[in-house]
Amino acid sequence: MVLAERENLLAAGHRACPGCGAAIALRQILRALGRDTIVVSATGCVETFTSPYGMSAWEVPWIHSLFENSASVASGVHAALEFLREKSSVVVISGDGGTFDIGMGAMSGMFERKQNITYICYDNEAYMNTGVQGSSATPYGSSTTTTPAGKASFGKIQPKKDMPAIALAHDVDYVATASIAYPQDLMKKVAKTKEIYGPKYIQVHTPCTIGWGFDSSKTVEVGKLAVETGLVPIYEVEKGKPMVVKKVKNKKPVEEYLRFQTRFRHLLKEEQKDIANQIQAICDKNIERFGI
Amino acid sequence: MSTISVIEGSMAVAQAVKACRPGVIAAYPISPQTHIVEFLSQFVADNEMDTKYVRVDAEFSAASAVYGSSATGVRSYTASSSQGLLLMSEVLYAMAGTRLPVVLTGVNRTVSAPITIQPDHQDTMALRDTGLIQLHVENSQEAYATHIQAFKLAEDHDILLPVMVCMDGWILTHSFEPVKLEDQEKVDEFLPPFVPKYRLDTKNPLTYGAYADDEVPEFRLMMHFAQERAKEKIEKIAREYEAKFGDYFGGLIDTYRCDDAEIVMVAMGSVIGTLKDAVDKLRKENIKVGVLKVRSYRPFPGEEILSAVKGAKMVAVLDKSLSVGQGGPLATDVKAALANKQAPPVLGCIAGMGGRDMSMVLIREIIEKSQKAITTGKIPDIEYIALKRQYLE
Repeated sequence: MVLAERENLLAAGHRACPGCGAAIALRQILRALGRDTIVVSATGCVETFTSPYGMSAWEVPWIHSLFENSASVASGVHAALEFLREKSSVVVISGDGGTFDIGMGAMSGMFERKQNITYICYDNEAYMNTGVQGSSATPYGSSTTTTPAGKASFGKIQPKKDMPAIALAHDVDYVATASIAYPQDLMKKVAKTKEIYGPKYIQVHTPCTIGWGFDSSKTVEVGKLAVETGLVPIYEVEKGKPMVVKKVKNKKPVEEYLRFQTRFRHLLKEEQKDIANQIQAICDKNIERFGI
Repeated sequence: MSTISVIEGSMAVAQAVKACRPGVIAAYPISPQTHIVEFLSQFVADNEMDTKYVRVDAEFSAASAVYGSSATGVRSYTASSSQGLLLMSEVLYAMAGTRLPVVLTGVNRTVSAPITIQPDHQDTMALRDTGLIQLHVENSQEAYATHIQAFKLAEDHDILLPVMVCMDGWILTHSFEPVKLEDQEKVDEFLPPFVPKYRLDTKNPLTYGAYADDEVPEFRLMMHFAQERAKEKIEKIAREYEAKFGDYFGGLIDTYRCDDAEIVMVAMGSVIGTLKDAVDKLRKENIKVGVLKVRSYRPFPGEEILSAVKGAKMVAVLDKSLSVGQGGPLATDVKAALANKQAPPVLGCIAGMGGRDMSMVLIREIIEKSQKAITTGKIPDIEYIALKRQYLE
């Protein structure tokens, strides 16, 4: 694979936590995109840690306006570039709260308009910037500050929203999932979006040390386990082509993934065994459905 | 040559916007703004405009799209009303804070509940503190001129703020009047292409919308200073427009027969025409009244108002909205402008909310109440004009 840009377009010295999955994703994404890119971000971790006034980490033009409108702002940027007859890539990089929840209507509108925009969601599976509140990207059984485990609670009672399927329902030109644990795969997918005209959606699984509760040296390991258990399927759907799925040879039991993180640790108690089993069932279903 | 056509107020706005050559328009339909965006869509469809029209999923997205296009250095326009303007409000605060010179039409319509599509000023009043410059117009010709002036004002590098042209829904947008449409060439001379001070550009990567640790008060103040500078610019641009096209509708304010007036009525928007007619009638009865039109609501022309009313015995302010728990917002601002000065007292009147018609009878009522207040020296906090008591039961 040839990457357009070898230099790092996310300057050092930003304010991400040690071991931040989203920061790893950003470096990889920008490396694949190159300099001729305008990035639009929603309010969230990435916005906060990259953009302190006068100390921006962005080496590409970047705009943040609000939490729920990054797709609409991108639509305007794209329309303006069309008017100016300029061809820079327009890429949204927003979190799961801004994508799955508050910004979903705007994203749906952008998909429907068929503009040449790539929407990348860094999915850390909760509202991390505000203190780990549950989002519709939060997985089943996960304990967050608004879906806490307790005497009468096993954590979040609903499964994770299937956002890539929602993107696919818009008949967009390219949908992919990726993980920071597989950088070559992620960068290849991001680079591919530059070759496809139309709306595109990539969802990147980005472990969060604070929100998920694991040691900051283990980010990649956690990301890998999510894929190896089948809980986070990695695939791509290019319009008109069969789905390509990342196969996993030696699948691991989900308990290994759950044990690694404080957000799931309550499920290892005997009385929560049913819930842990149900998460294993989600993995098994994914393995069957996607042919992992 | 300019041409005079009998057209709808919405068409006057659409023609003005077309003459300003925006690169991007994004809008979402809401009554009574719809005709404006329909006309503009048709102009684009007929290749009469070189404009990218972004059809969006909500007013929130309309404001967000022009936010993005303006930041990319392209002249941008949107329009909305009522609930739509409120849905935009979060974006409009950020747009002003980011100093993006978008022009929008605020087609005035009241706000739910109860739901109705009737006009009043409740919607744009809710955007009072956003940082938007707000210019109110009296008729279709002024709407035409003010949109062209608005782009020049917004894009001035000393200002760089969004400008909202406020016009009463239905009364102006859906009435047919003769409107003078100017030559494209002359409009181009008056309004050269937009030269952005900054823009999103891969050749010069800048960060827009940074996180502020400590800078908030200064950023907010800089918007205020820009509005202070806009006071001079609004008048200057209105005079330049007059020199170019022969029309002048006022700068920050306009006055009608105020010089020797004992009672000055202060108002905004389409009611001004009715008030001028009423003044002519009342003057024939030897009642010395005048009208002060507030054309610029933000920035608020406190000094200009003081200087226009200081010889009067009473200032009667007509508010087409109510700040619940306080009173009429315009009256409140006028009172603030006259406080601690040698100035006449202010009688705040709530009139014409929810599209209730402002007739000669009601204007006479306001004058009688003002006269009574002058003779008795007792000035009520608020006068409610044409209240239908049966609904209060």
